[in-house]
Amino acid sequence: MSNEGYSASFINRQSFIELDARERAKALFDAGTSRELLGPFDRMESPWLAMQGVTPQEDDGCVVMKGKIAGQAAVIVALEGAFQGGSMGEVSGEKMTATLDLAAADNEKGIRTNAVILLETGGVRLQEANLGLAAIAELMASILALRKHAPVICLTAGTVGCFGGMSLAAGLASYIVMTREARLGMNGPEVIEQENGVEEFDSSDRALIWAIHGGEQRYATGLADALVDDDTPQVADTIRSFVSKGVPLLHRSSQVALYRTRIAKVDTSRQWDPKEFRALWTTNGSNKEKR
Amino acid sequence: MSEYTGVRGTVWFRAFTGQASPMDGDPKSVLTGDAPLGNEHARFLCVVPDLHGRFPCARHGEVGLEEAFTLATRVREVIEQDKNTIKRPIVAIVDVKSQAYGRREETAAIFLAAASAADAYGSARLAGHPVITLVVGHALSGAFLTHGYQANRILAFDDDGVMIHAMHKEAAARVTRRSVDELEKFAKEIAPMSYDIRDYAKLGLLYKLLHVENPEKPSPHEIRSVQAELVGAIADARRSPVHLRNRLESEGAREMRKASILVRTKLEAQWLGK
Repeated sequence: MSNEGYSASFINRQSFIELDARERAKALFDAGTSRELLGPFDRMESPWLAMQGVTPQEDDGCVVMKGKIAGQAAVIVALEGAFQGGSMGEVSGEKMTATLDLAAADNEKGIRTNAVILLETGGVRLQEANLGLAAIAELMASILALRKHAPVICLTAGTVGCFGGMSLAAGLASYIVMTREARLGMNGPEVIEQENGVEEFDSSDRALIWAIHGGEQRYATGLADALVDDDTPQVADTIRSFVSKGVPLLHRSSQVALYRTRIAKVDTSRQWDPKEFRALWTTNGSNKEKR
Repeated sequence: MSEYTGVRGTVWFRAFTGQASPMDGDPKSVLTGDAPLGNEHARFLCVVPDLHGRFPCARHGEVGLEEAFTLATRVREVIEQDKNTIKRPIVAIVDVKSQAYGRREETAAIFLAAASAADAYGSARLAGHPVITLVVGHALSGAFLTHGYQANRILAFDDDGVMIHAMHKEAAARVTRRSVDELEKFAKEIAPMSYDIRDYAKLGLLYKLLHVENPEKPSPHEIRSVQAELVGAIADARRSPVHLRNRLESEGAREMRKASILVRTKLEAQWLGK
């Protein structure tokens, strides 16, 4: 078979997106250092799905692993986008929150423990509604407590992306890593169209969706810290580099004056072209983000 | 969608602070004020509708970009001012129908704006400020995560006009292909899905349910009694750790969040491992 016309790097690329949550988590640890906690054999499934005719899964779509990254202790919590859209239920939420709390406790004891959260999620799981929302609020509280000690790195690789309440969890992260295939936003196009009409957002306009929520745009507007290819070694390298970098001087979600000024200066009388917005957003704020 | 959105927020903000205006330089949709509460001063914050706001999708009581960054600014101001002194209580009065659903909002990263407000409230709590939330009307979805859900203690009125939920009824009905009536009936049987505040109270997330005859027109006596409840919640928060685990340790949670408690216990046991 001839590879003519394709670059060797493309042919040899090991896709990260094609991996499931468990494989993704494992691939990011230093080789041979990871072990899964509360795995499928612990049978911690959602108590709310079966009563609504939905088949639960024995890990509730949330994989927890502990090991080493760049030689340092680390935990990874990965949401499985293929189970209920990666939605946050009582169990998946508590798995993530309790893991971050245990990591924080280790940090307080002097064991530097980093956290990586792999978010492929539409947000709250509708069938668990208020417990899902509460889980996200508690998760956010735990991210805030942990990130004082060690970086909380958010990776959204695609193809589900990160939406709804979980986009706020991403917003609290120390670093956000995305691929071009990933999307990050609070409200998906369908929801906006339903709430405010097709003039506000045409959810069939794929180009527009990617131009607004896509990894490339988020990186270009300084809202993601790294844009990576769908290449497992490159993703793992990037995560290692942020672990080594440690806690940022200032978290993005704490730089209120900078972002408030930017919002105050934009012209809201019309919709913005996403490309044009890159310039509008980063240049007229006059001051640069401190990281 | 409640016809009361905004009315209740303004009524209660005025009841506590004696006025209902934004601070200098703030949008009209965010009311902030310092007022006596018990034998100290507290900062009160509330999001209200502003029909002439800059952002078209955030004019009816939604929490949008400006609202979130204003809340973040006014909460951080308190953290800064009280850095070397007694930590002032912060009271979030909540009557928010939703986050703003708009293209401008998504383009300008409303997820970060919302996270910034939650960051401010959460950071205030971690710094030792008692953060108290009083839900007087709607507390929905991303809007509640932004404004209110990071509080040490959450209080709500035991009233049909009060609703805490992940998704408003119309949208949930659409997604589940039910009528709103069918949805309400169905949701009633599964506590975390219920739209009834009394069912929400069973989840163990609330500190207290308060009763007021008519939350749109509280009597002076009722206002005083709600203030006394806020003072009680502040004292309780000051006596307790700054994290939110009290929600999982509550009596309600022991019944309704058994799975969460088991997750935590098992995970702790496996943490050290071999």
